[in-house]
Amino acid sequence: MTKTMMITREGEAFLARIQEISGEAITACDQCGTCSGSCPMASEMDITPSEMIRKTQMGQEDVLSTKAMWLCAACFACTVRCPRGIDLSKIAEALRQISLRQAVDHIDIAGIPASERTRLPQIALVGAMRKFTS
Amino acid sequence: MTPTTQDEKRRSPALDDSSQPLSTQSSRSTFPYYPGCTLKTTAQNFEDSALATTAILGIDLVEIPRWNCCGVVSSLVENDRMHHVAPLRNIIRTQDMIAERDDEIESRLVTLCSMCTNTLRRTNLFLRQNPEDLEAINDYMSLENNYEGDIEIVHLLEILRERGFDAVADKVSNSLEGLKVAPYYGCMLLRPKDIGIDDPENPTIQEDLIEALRATVIDTPYKKMCCGSYQTVQDRYAVAELAYDILTHAQREGAEVIVTACPLCAFNLDDRQKEVRERYPEFKSIPVLYFTQLIALAFGLGEDALGFELNSVDPRPLLMAKGLLAPR
Repeated sequence: MTKTMMITREGEAFLARIQEISGEAITACDQCGTCSGSCPMASEMDITPSEMIRKTQMGQEDVLSTKAMWLCAACFACTVRCPRGIDLSKIAEALRQISLRQAVDHIDIAGIPASERTRLPQIALVGAMRKFTS
Repeated sequence: MTPTTQDEKRRSPALDDSSQPLSTQSSRSTFPYYPGCTLKTTAQNFEDSALATTAILGIDLVEIPRWNCCGVVSSLVENDRMHHVAPLRNIIRTQDMIAERDDEIESRLVTLCSMCTNTLRRTNLFLRQNPEDLEAINDYMSLENNYEGDIEIVHLLEILRERGFDAVADKVSNSLEGLKVAPYYGCMLLRPKDIGIDDPENPTIQEDLIEALRATVIDTPYKKMCCGSYQTVQDRYAVAELAYDILTHAQREGAEVIVTACPLCAFNLDDRQKEVRERYPEFKSIPVLYFTQLIALAFGLGEDALGFELNSVDPRPLLMAKGLLAPR
């Protein structure tokens, strides 16, 4: 039985946009799963990193509502191991940017409890603000 | 264990040029130095121990004037020039400082924090590879001098490797023999490959240092796994899970202390042990030190240089029990 997968016109536009923002050739992914096997955050994610790429390849915009893209800490473990030379951390960044460019912050810095705010080093707060706020 | 010459060459391209006589390698050098924000607060002990030990090693670090936050992380999207402004301003101020001084100073900016190292290197590499972007940002930053592209960003560990770890070994007065140390690299010292200071999959630079201090190296595959980084702000328990894996694997191999070069790794592995214990009550705490604190200890330096009071898990009881630190 032949199975045909179709990518919609909107889906194609979405894929093109993520490729443009990330600069990565997303269609080159073979789904080998090395990224998912290397990702230290995979166990906390709702979809694995390789699923994140697959959904983007297929132009499925619901990837934007997953928790996974926000859990990528850009540690580049997948980047140095990808046999296709794809930098998945750039794709996750592009997905986050789609959301952040709507001026919607992912975290509420003011809502961080004072006990944590005074305990966290600046490096953590600045890093989080740069990655999670618009 | 002394690495073979062949090994050493493979690890360090800088060492390929070994025509330099040993005497010049061990002479005094002055470098511009970028501390970054966290080294002036929660990681003050990283800076204090680094400045005290480099002075002994003939490496004079001169803080660049009017530096600002490097931004901690790089933007990973294409054509995002704005995120290069903060790191570049620091590089320009390094260039200015070198031009204004009439003494002999290196054109290599030394960093200690691995996140600063990564961010500054990434911007430097990007601007060298993309002259159009450099021109645009130079034009935009009209209050600063133009960046000419001649500054290198180096991590202190690279300087120690280049001068030879034997030079460190020569200054050891308090041998750390018997202390089992697990090096932890995390991400930013190693990845991505064109930014990292060592092999991204098989780094040895901290191992070589630990051996020079005569401590025992404890190897664990978790040494290059991410600690969760800034995710510690949004989900401290996810970070605690990573810390648990990293720390307990090192402990199972016999590690008594962990060393790192990153104030954020240090926070996640050291401070977050409180959260680790909430989830895993049987977890036994383990001290996390900056590599410079380990050097300071081996050099027999005092409390001002060691700064152990800022470590969340106090390493002093262990070090006193092992006879490496005088009881107070």
